[in-house]
Amino acid sequence: MAHTPTKGRKLLFTLIAWTIGFLIFFPILWTILTSFKTEAEAIASPPSFVFFDWTLDNYVEVQERSAYFRHFWNSVVISVGSTVLGLLVAIPAAWSMAFVPSKQTKNVLMWMLSTKMLPPVGVLIPIYLIFRDAGLLDTLTGLVIVVMLINLPIIIWMLFTYFREIPGEILEAARMDGAGLRSEILYVLTPMAVPGIASTLLLNIILAWNEAFWTLNLTAAKSAPLTAFIASYSSPEGLFYAKLSAASTMAIAPILILGWFSQKQLVRGLTFGAVK
Amino acid sequence: MGHISLNQITKTFGNVQVIPPLDLEIEDGEFIVFVGPSGCGKSTLLRLIAGLEDVTSGEIKIDGRDATETPPAKRGLAMVFQSYALYPHMSVRKNIAFPLKMAGFDKAEIDRKIDDAARVLNLTDYLDRRPGQLSGGQRQRVAIGRAIVREPAAFLFDEPLSNLDAALRVNMRLEISELHNKLETTMIYVTHDQVEAMTMADRIVVLRAGIIEQVGTPLELYSKPRNLFVAGFIGSPKMNFIEGAVAERRDAAKVGIRPEHMQLSLEEGRWEGTVSVSEHLGSDTFLHVETERAGMLTARADGEFPVRHGDRVFLTPQDDKIHRFDAEGMALS
Repeated sequence: MAHTPTKGRKLLFTLIAWTIGFLIFFPILWTILTSFKTEAEAIASPPSFVFFDWTLDNYVEVQERSAYFRHFWNSVVISVGSTVLGLLVAIPAAWSMAFVPSKQTKNVLMWMLSTKMLPPVGVLIPIYLIFRDAGLLDTLTGLVIVVMLINLPIIIWMLFTYFREIPGEILEAARMDGAGLRSEILYVLTPMAVPGIASTLLLNIILAWNEAFWTLNLTAAKSAPLTAFIASYSSPEGLFYAKLSAASTMAIAPILILGWFSQKQLVRGLTFGAVK
Repeated sequence: MGHISLNQITKTFGNVQVIPPLDLEIEDGEFIVFVGPSGCGKSTLLRLIAGLEDVTSGEIKIDGRDATETPPAKRGLAMVFQSYALYPHMSVRKNIAFPLKMAGFDKAEIDRKIDDAARVLNLTDYLDRRPGQLSGGQRQRVAIGRAIVREPAAFLFDEPLSNLDAALRVNMRLEISELHNKLETTMIYVTHDQVEAMTMADRIVVLRAGIIEQVGTPLELYSKPRNLFVAGFIGSPKMNFIEGAVAERRDAAKVGIRPEHMQLSLEEGRWEGTVSVSEHLGSDTFLHVETERAGMLTARADGEFPVRHGDRVFLTPQDDKIHRFDAEGMALS
């Protein structure tokens, strides 16, 4: 049944939505503003919101003190690498679950999802030991693998939801047309699922970029991504809010920009299959 | 070549046997139609031949070679689906080229074959469009184009016309028949529409619950149905069945007479009755007549037969066209 809210209610809902949106965004805004303050202004009470002496000193110092671009590059390698590797594993997995399901498919999917509910710290020690013995500690290869594995359930679930929307007859037609499994996935399924694969790719790049637990625990200096770069600003000598904020802003800026430009794609990806 | 033989094939889904042991020989170049009501297993049978489903037991031979375990891609058959199943992200040209690309043809050969197919199917002007920009009939033609370029051993059609409107269906029916005459390739065609079956087939296979009830030419099925099911399924409007005294007098449990095999008169005849409904189609008039001796009967008259609801009419069956059936529903000679 159609339900049209009145003008007053519409205004009220809009206000509530904007307030919630602002509250969620506030910490990021605070961080960005603080990054342009001096250390003294950053801890001043009451804090000044906009009227302070804007300075870029923090950014200059952060860049001088630590190699931002090396961390940035590591973040790129880890997020893009783990997502691409994840897709290579997940596309065939989601294909088989969507088009040749067995009695256990649902259970496997639920089991995969349940691994996301496990506190990562529970498996930190075994994974740390495996990494140590395999010589993977503080290597990009190791991080790509571990970040891929922790996001794999989400990648498979998202692709599975997409693939299920693709009529099976089209894949059968490909089989009748002489396509083997590889050609079927490569030439028919994947191009048809491009919107779904793109949203999965974007979401996983963001998740991998923001991943802090494993990247902090399994790296030292060489392969540390931006999360470790931010963490390095909370030092025993005390917190330097302005510099920490500048480092954080530099770390989140790329992913924020990526998210902004791809928001339409992301929203579509996350709500796909909800309404037919 | 396109000789297909099914030997004792069965198909079971879970605990349900949808195809009990079944034998069938399909000759090279034949147009064979599988017909039957929904759920009779006709599509499953086609999918078994295609290789899209695995047989539970039995053997499928294509041109003498055992193809039971061969994947669909390697059976050398082409299929046209009910939903067309075109690749939505490819142009018409690429859709038709796809099987050729999979078969490893070179580009010049592919282009030549596409142009030929497009000419035969009137698709030349649409080659650069996507399937989404085509009408139902055009999409179906693309699906057929994609099937013919491979020059398969046989074509499999799975209710290809059921998504089209009535007028287009008649046109496409003719086009497919013409195509068969031109290509002389084996065609296996699944439909639930007995008119399609009668008009297109060299031979019809009537199926019920996975069992072949009868195989024969359209006219054989029409004039010599093996049992009540085939008698009732083939022919439109369907055959009238009469029990009781009328059947007993002919030493049968049931007799059948087709609507077109009864003489209609306003003055005299064997069975007197009242018209309950008259359907005037222009070329024919179908009368539903309530008779005292034979129950409700459907009869076919001329288009201009002057009767209306409530009129008295007389029906006289042609004795040599009466079909007799025993208590098990099998035809008596």
